Amino acid sequence: MNAFAPVAPPATGCGSAPVLKQRGQREVFCGLTSIVWLHRKIQDAFFLVVGSRTCAHLLQSAAGVMIFAEPRFGTAILEEKDLAGLADANEELDREVERLLARRPDIRQLFLVGSCPSEVIKLDLSRAAERLTQRFAPHTRVLNFTGSGIETTFTQGEDECLAAMVPVLPETDAEQLLMVGALPDVVEDQLTGMIEAMGVPVVRALPSRSADVEVGIGPNTKFIVAQPFLGATTGMLSGRGAQHIAAPFPFGEEGTTAWLRAVADAFNVSDEKFNEVTAAPRARARKAIAAHAERLAAKSVFFFPDSQLEIPLARFLTRECGMTAIEVGAPYIHRDLVGPDLDLLAEGPTISEGQDVDLQLDRCRAARPDLTVCGLGLANPLEAEGLATKWAIELVFTPVHGYEQAGDLAALFAKPLKRREGLAL
Amino acid sequence: MKLTVWTYEGPPHVGAMRVATAMKGLHYVLHAPQGDTYADLLFTMIERRDHRPPVSYTTFQARDLGSDTATLFKASCQDAYDRFKPEAIIVGASCTAELIQDDPGGLSSSMNLPVPVIPLELPSYQRKENFGASETFYEVCRALAKPCDRTPEVTCNILGPTALGFRHRDDVVELSSILESLGISVNVVAPLDATPEDIGNIPAAHFNVMLYPETCETACRWLEREFKQPFTKVVPIGVGATRDFIAEVKQIAGLPDTPVDESRLRLPWYSRSVDSTYLTGKRVFIFGDGTHAMAAARIAKDEMGFEVVGLGCYNREYARPVRALAKELGIEALISDDYLEVESTIEALQPEMILGTQMERHIGKRLGIPCAVISAPVHVQDFPARFSPQVGWEGANVIFDTWVHPLVMGLEEHLLHMFREDFEFHDDAGASHHGSHVPAAQHKREEAPTELLVKDGVTWLADAEKELRKIPFFVRGKARRNTEKFAADQGLDAISIETLYEAKAHYAR
Ligand code: SF4
Ligand code: SF4
Repeated sequence: MNAFAPVAPPATGCGSAPVLKQRGQREVFCGLTSIVWLHRKIQDAFFLVVGSRTCAHLLQSAAGVMIFAEPRFGTAILEEKDLAGLADANEELDREVERLLARRPDIRQLFLVGSCPSEVIKLDLSRAAERLTQRFAPHTRVLNFTGSGIETTFTQGEDECLAAMVPVLPETDAEQLLMVGALPDVVEDQLTGMIEAMGVPVVRALPSRSADVEVGIGPNTKFIVAQPFLGATTGMLSGRGAQHIAAPFPFGEEGTTAWLRAVADAFNVSDEKFNEVTAAPRARARKAIAAHAERLAAKSVFFFPDSQLEIPLARFLTRECGMTAIEVGAPYIHRDLVGPDLDLLAEGPTISEGQDVDLQLDRCRAARPDLTVCGLGLANPLEAEGLATKWAIELVFTPVHGYEQAGDLAALFAKPLKRREGLAL
Repeated sequence: MKLTVWTYEGPPHVGAMRVATAMKGLHYVLHAPQGDTYADLLFTMIERRDHRPPVSYTTFQARDLGSDTATLFKASCQDAYDRFKPEAIIVGASCTAELIQDDPGGLSSSMNLPVPVIPLELPSYQRKENFGASETFYEVCRALAKPCDRTPEVTCNILGPTALGFRHRDDVVELSSILESLGISVNVVAPLDATPEDIGNIPAAHFNVMLYPETCETACRWLEREFKQPFTKVVPIGVGATRDFIAEVKQIAGLPDTPVDESRLRLPWYSRSVDSTYLTGKRVFIFGDGTHAMAAARIAKDEMGFEVVGLGCYNREYARPVRALAKELGIEALISDDYLEVESTIEALQPEMILGTQMERHIGKRLGIPCAVISAPVHVQDFPARFSPQVGWEGANVIFDTWVHPLVMGLEEHLLHMFREDFEFHDDAGASHHGSHVPAAQHKREEAPTELLVKDGVTWLADAEKELRKIPFFVRGKARRNTEKFAADQGLDAISIETLYEAKAHYAR
């Protein structure tokens, strides 16, 4: 198995590097945005945002007017009279939910999603969820979580959603692996397939695609997280006695192998078995990455904070694609989760948490990176200044985890560079 | 509380952003949580702007609440001034900040910044985007427009165009050239590309062109009161409207009624030429903002020869004139910002074509009805690289092309009738120039009628339904409606092939 000798970890990683924290204007989505992929993933759920016209407009703009079938999300827009009296607001909410469920009998799980306005007026959605669950059980379960911009950024919405599901998971003593994070079905199936092939008894995913798939939890549950932003969910699962398997995140060949390896070790899978299951896809992943790494090698990359995927992705780009990271900005750093990735990321880049977007733009302009990973609001303005950019949002909307997607992941970063080379303008 | 899936308009502060982003040298300090920064992407992605909108968001968080959001707001104001050195600043609150009542106007005026600071009061829980744009532009004018001498020659201002507007960029170019052909030069265009200093010079013009009432009527009325500047009431979209507009301008400017050069105008001949015969009586449903919907209704009826079967707008501010026009057309206006209500109205009316917004385009896709886009809310496709105005002569030409494009064309329509069972002409194929030829096999599978169609107590017998399916898709809706109405009028409870053709004969025209 020499062909797969792992690349040695760096002498000094970023695990103990100082973190730059600035406080100024942030340019990130709020947690409501997670609904855009969560509602596709959980097929019998409806996400009802209790918010303002701004919240509805955000969802519409983030989703693009493209997904136009009647979606499984909507916004109950607060009006003047709702602000005047909370009693009325609760009554109105109950009425809207009743109407919605009457019209959509396919809905088995309803999430009431808090927003800035609902939180500022202190509308208690957890009590509303309890009240409505009693009313609509057993057919529909009502849960609540926050996606507000005063509490959450972008992917934290998913974290809050999954964390809200943990307390109602039934207890089980079964020995099992729980894979946590909303992955595209194809990726979820690939990863569970490999883990099952290694002989791990039961593999379950949270969130499951529908309420009919029972996911239990208990002291014999071990769980591994597939997305670096699931800090609150991790805490809740540990609180229910499940054991967290720490690992780098499954991006690229190295990340996926380390992630699977951690599962294998937790379930005492032999090296032989592990290699048997992973050898072929590992080889494919390396080959697929190599096709794009050539274009990325020796190029520099600068991350604006967006999805919390930044640290694992910087690890992938520097270690597997030969890039140099200048700055790796994340909206929030969960050390418990991204620690292993930070250790693998060689020292050098500025690690920043939170942001003052104007100061960060100054740094970016001064560094003139070959590739800037940023949000949609910044991409065209930076392109106009001559910088190549990659929209970060594509990284959460596209299947990028695991071996079979490793090449696609590299391709996402290579494409803007390829395009610039190709255009004679 | 109202459940909303898709919205036609954003919140009012997005309207304010449309004004700020259109202008140069103006900065907007917006008290808002971080998630509200999504609005930047509307401008940078949909409109492909190459600069960030000139907006500083305070991005307060939960932990700031109750303690120092006011301090944060002042710091953001100071930072924005220091970094961007704007000529003027507008300040306001988004929906969340409105609830915490920090009073951005009061806070910023206490800072004694060396430039004008204009406070905006935009009630987020009552009003919407167009109101926000209109109110912002009005406040900017009120704060910055100075009394000044009229220009010696006759000039006018073009008011209303904003960022993220439907074809505003090209409309300004077309309109300027028409005004120039009348010997009138443009003093200021605003808000688009205007500086605060330009706003100060607005009163130098002899009159104002109210290009988009949605965004500038309030300002126009104020300028009329304050500076005795008359303003035009006709929006020059369409041939007739452009002619009326020119007449109105001549009258306001005191110009002689000499003939105007219409040599660039092609719509009238295109519409009269024989190939356009097939457009006659096409049943169209029209929906958009009030101004564009009303303009479209006139063009549809008088200049394309369509039959307007539905008309409506999503902005209540223009409900009254839209209702009046609908009444003139003998139909009922639909005033609603509820996407589902618009959809069900279209479904019930079964038009042959929709003239609507991007939302109706999707409805049309779902219902298999062709659609041309006539109004905001905008989509990246509404910012084409080529010159494509809506106003003036070229606007009329563009509208002719845009509306005809989704329809099956003249000769082709005959071929479809003659060979309606030809596998190439099945329902999903659509107009052949749209490259949407779907394999026929897919169609064949759906061919056999399985269930009887029941509509309002009238049942379609299997044979009749099969026959109905043979009718080309673009007239089938009409055939079905007519037949059902015919059957109901005759007191029939079942529709046979016989009924179908009797109805056809009955409605022949
Ligand atoms: S930041 Fe707050 S108010 Fe803005 S869209 Fe998100 S939840 Fe709604
Ligand atoms: S390509 Fe087909 S649809 Fe287009 S104009 Fe020619 S005949 Fe008509």
